[in-house]
Amino acid sequence: MNTSKDWPLWEVFVRSRRGLSHTHAGSLHAPDAEMALRNARDLYTRRNEGVSIWVVPSTAITASSPDEKDPFFEPSADKPYRHPTFYEIPEGVKHL
Amino acid sequence: MTAVTAETAAASTYQARFDAAVAADERIEPRDWMPDDYRATLIRQMAQHAHSEIIGMQPEANWITRAPSLRRKAILMAKVQDEAGHGLYLYSATETLGASRDELLDKLHSGRQKYSSIFNYPTLTWADVGAIGWLVDGAAITNQVPLCRCSYGPYARAMVRVCKEESFHQRQGYELLLALSQGTQAQHEMAQDAVNRWWWPSLMMFGPPDDASAHSAQSMAWKIKRHSNDELRQRFVDICVPQAEALGLTLPDPDLRWNEERGHHDFGAIDWEEFRQVLKGNGPCNEQRITQRRRAHEEGAWVREAAAAYAAKSASGGSGAPHESAASEGSGTKSGEAQVEATA
Repeated sequence: MNTSKDWPLWEVFVRSRRGLSHTHAGSLHAPDAEMALRNARDLYTRRNEGVSIWVVPSTAITASSPDEKDPFFEPSADKPYRHPTFYEIPEGVKHL
Repeated sequence: MTAVTAETAAASTYQARFDAAVAADERIEPRDWMPDDYRATLIRQMAQHAHSEIIGMQPEANWITRAPSLRRKAILMAKVQDEAGHGLYLYSATETLGASRDELLDKLHSGRQKYSSIFNYPTLTWADVGAIGWLVDGAAITNQVPLCRCSYGPYARAMVRVCKEESFHQRQGYELLLALSQGTQAQHEMAQDAVNRWWWPSLMMFGPPDDASAHSAQSMAWKIKRHSNDELRQRFVDICVPQAEALGLTLPDPDLRWNEERGHHDFGAIDWEEFRQVLKGNGPCNEQRITQRRRAHEEGAWVREAAAAYAAKSASGGSGAPHESAASEGSGTKSGEAQVEATA
């Protein structure tokens, strides 16, 4: 699986403050999860950028293929009635 | 339709999609199709950028133990640590293009990939730490701010992070020089001497003039680069002149003067022969920098091996209480070694 001397690659997600979700910050190499967490702290939160970190092995992520882009996401493109701006409301009607 | 023409048709569709994305100022992401030359150009530029950050730790680290106060020492350590961080952001971004970390380090160590020529100059006095922060990091910021809008997403994102952190680097250098400039006569002279030595090499950081720059035109078309070398160099000179005045220091160029007509400062001719010599490996510190880098890598080998062995051992169930690890030491050690060998 890993044919080089490289340690496995980990994706790093950081929660910048309580109430916000974790956001992808970048990636790094580390031999195991614990070291990945420590390295992530040193690499991505040197200036109080986070209060919580997730590390995920890059190989564990399944991504949609860019080639599938159009057909994969197309079904939502022709459904403007899912947006509130689709509907006409008489002028003066409030709280809608 | 034959298979070959179908393939060609598919390739031109991909090319058209890529061109449209670049034209619309959209970002290219790792899994998108991209021309081979675009990929190769990015790997070359980003690897060189990453290597520069890592090699750039050396000239300044040289002064950590001799920083004149605890305040300055803490600042310098934080800055050198940032440079390591910047190198790691950039290596990760380069890896999204299919280059492996090992391969990148090998190419640095064997001289097949370059790093910025500026780091082949020595840091002779404490004032050099200030001159590097002000001028070298200042030039780097001038180069890097437009890269935040580079067409390749991971590179642009890494640059946003780097630029945010880099401004502290520049300001600490400026403050350091100001303190020296306003200090004793000897301190003032030390600051002036450092500026005299770092000014011209900093101007060279923007690369050869536009008419002699091999990759510029294509990189601009791909929106990897947003401004030409000469344009950025001019911007830097214009920024530095009033900053030097505020420092009470002069820039070592008798031809430097405001040109009302152009709305820019004119400046003297750059010694491009010196630039070529330093690039070719004949700068004052080329040998020392790469030797030190190789030694650091070799001396760190046991740490990498130990961490890999520990990870393998933990994965095989040895991460429990101490007596458990001791009990499984035989098999744990064996699988640890196997892991190191398999990944070596």
